Amino acid sequence: MELQEYFRLVFTDYTLRTITLGTAILGAICGMLGSFAVLRKQSLLGDAISHAALPGIAIAFLITGTKETNVLLLGALISGLIGAFWIRGITRNTHLKSDTALGLILSLFFGFGMLLLTFIQKQPNANQSGLDKFLFGQAATLLARDVWFMAIVTGVCLIILILFWKEFKLLLFDADYTKTLGFNTKFIDILITSFIVLAIVLGLQTVGVVLMSAMLLAPAAAARQWTNSLSVMVILAAIFGALAGVVGTGISASQDNLSTGPVIVLVAAVFVVVSFIFSPSRGLLFRQIRFIQNRKDLQLHKTLAFMYDIAKTHEDKSHPHAIKILNNFHGFTRKSLQKLESKNYIELDGQMWSMTQNGYHFAANLYNQQLSTNND
Amino acid sequence: MTSAQIEIQLIASVVAVACAIPGTFLVLRKMALISDAISHSILPGLVIGFFITHDLSSPLLIILAALSGLVTVILVEFIQKTGLVKEDTAIGLVFPALFSIGIILIAKNANDVHLDVDAVLLGELAFAPFDRLLVDGIDFGPKSLWIIGSILTITVVLLMAFFKELKVSTFDAGLATALGFSPAVLHYGLMSVASVTTVGAFDAVGAILVVALMIAPAATAYLLTNDLKKMLFLSIGFGVLSAISGYWLAHWLDASISGSMTTVLGVLFLLVYLFAPNRGLLSVLYRNKQQRLEVSLLTFLLHLNNHSEVEERHINHLNEHINWQKVRSKSVVDLALKNNMITIDDSIISLTEKGTSFTNKAIDYIITNDDTGIESMKEDFFLFRG
Repeated sequence: MELQEYFRLVFTDYTLRTITLGTAILGAICGMLGSFAVLRKQSLLGDAISHAALPGIAIAFLITGTKETNVLLLGALISGLIGAFWIRGITRNTHLKSDTALGLILSLFFGFGMLLLTFIQKQPNANQSGLDKFLFGQAATLLARDVWFMAIVTGVCLIILILFWKEFKLLLFDADYTKTLGFNTKFIDILITSFIVLAIVLGLQTVGVVLMSAMLLAPAAAARQWTNSLSVMVILAAIFGALAGVVGTGISASQDNLSTGPVIVLVAAVFVVVSFIFSPSRGLLFRQIRFIQNRKDLQLHKTLAFMYDIAKTHEDKSHPHAIKILNNFHGFTRKSLQKLESKNYIELDGQMWSMTQNGYHFAANLYNQQLSTNND
Repeated sequence: MTSAQIEIQLIASVVAVACAIPGTFLVLRKMALISDAISHSILPGLVIGFFITHDLSSPLLIILAALSGLVTVILVEFIQKTGLVKEDTAIGLVFPALFSIGIILIAKNANDVHLDVDAVLLGELAFAPFDRLLVDGIDFGPKSLWIIGSILTITVVLLMAFFKELKVSTFDAGLATALGFSPAVLHYGLMSVASVTTVGAFDAVGAILVVALMIAPAATAYLLTNDLKKMLFLSIGFGVLSAISGYWLAHWLDASISGSMTTVLGVLFLLVYLFAPNRGLLSVLYRNKQQRLEVSLLTFLLHLNNHSEVEERHINHLNEHINWQKVRSKSVVDLALKNNMITIDDSIISLTEKGTSFTNKAIDYIITNDDTGIESMKEDFFLFRG
């Protein structure tokens, strides 16, 4: 299927529309909540919780015997929450660090979940096929009902986010101050952690346990590069997430044998790489350009300072000198002289240069920041 | 026990030991999650290696996979050094991307790759004994035992040779650099060992169990001791214990061996987390409660010391004046009585001689913060043990 055909089908084909909508909503909610996870330095919480959700799915199936997605996701939610709060408990009550706590919960819960899954598979009455889809996700199994459910959760999440915006923001940037203002930091903390867990659980069906953490992280990490404002970052991350969902679904639908989850993750990774390189204020490219620019300016100033040292020994400041005497001095080129001339600091006349009044004044105050900024 | 069963347990135990050694250092260096990242991102290396060799157990496969593990570490560090995101975000960005590439490579070539993502993630220890190492038709035992055995040997040799360097650089990186050990060499050395171990073990037990075997025994041991050597031996012990009991649990439940090994590790950790003598949850909670009580006791004694008037020292006054609940005042008074700090005479509390000197010492301590005078008090109280 060609890409154009895909875009035509999005508006006509029921399945494709459902999946595209589903991944878009998922990307948006993950981007939104992921911003908080990234800023709280809990980036890998998503990875740990998505793995920790697995035993919940298996236990929910063992207890109820249904493959009803919502029931299984409820189990995932409960075991995800247990995992999240156990991580908090470990870091708070013992001297183990958060990375160890995350790794522990991740691997132990996942291993236990695998034990249960293989146990279920060997049960005689098991119609367990379909539980595997939570490992790597199958966007194709999304139903309109699931998408509605996701949309409702996203809506609730948005309302809570707007209601508690001030509190979330405060807690994010200055937890101690929040406490002294009398906010119940524990409650806010639990609220935001619970919503992150909820978003992760929602995504399990679509992108699966293993790749869920990237859904949470990548849009937020990309959005972070473009802005320093929390609200802009959250909105940008939601847009990036939704875009990654739509584009990823499009690519995977237009090719054979491409599962949706990994493609969405890779699209999101491309967003991150582009943001890392091309973001105007933080990006690597512009940082490098600024770096070179600064170095050039420095060279220019060095030449100017050298000229100033020569010029100040003369009565007449604009006494011409031979360019030759600059030759044993690094950091000057034909080009840099022209640049100095264009800035009206010196005048060139054949093989001679002379300082202008303007240039002399500038060079005299080169290392005197206050004056030079005043002159700018 | 059949010989296959013994072999499985042997492989599992060797894997557990091989993982526990680098795992201990990863946990101590706060890099536990690197093992998770490596275990996922070896996938593209494996797949590419498999395209080239078409043999799942060729050495090239292991080298390529270990290389892609190292690439992960280098990428994470590169992203981290740009300062655009924090270290944990860098880890979280790199490995899902590499893992996705691996999955897509497998999916696009599904027809000629007999490589199952499930198998990579979960491993199947039960089949390990069937893949034998045959040289000139002579059976030398299971292949994976040889692979992981040689990795373990190398790890142990490296550990013996560089134990001092590793120890210093783990606990005081600055000192290690000052003494002339290159932190970069040690860091990448450790990362290479972790990477090679992960690759060697994944075949037998799967990527997730490798993470569990690296982190869980070390974390459990860390709750029990502060001594590096003891911690190493304890984590090796926990690893082997979980390997053998995990096997029998799986045998009994007829379920995945790596899953049940992880579960045993989880149960072990939970037990230690709850009941460890000094760092366990229960002893932490008990200590907190004890300290709260003792602070109350001190407040109470200071109050008595400050007031000579009778009405301030009446037993009912406690609840009104210091505003404690009945239960708490009762336990404070009981504790003071038990230590002969106070006497109760017709509902009027007065300090005994011991109580007076204790209170004075405590005031001295609070004012001067000089703790030579309170050595004798430490016996009875948590509070002064620092």
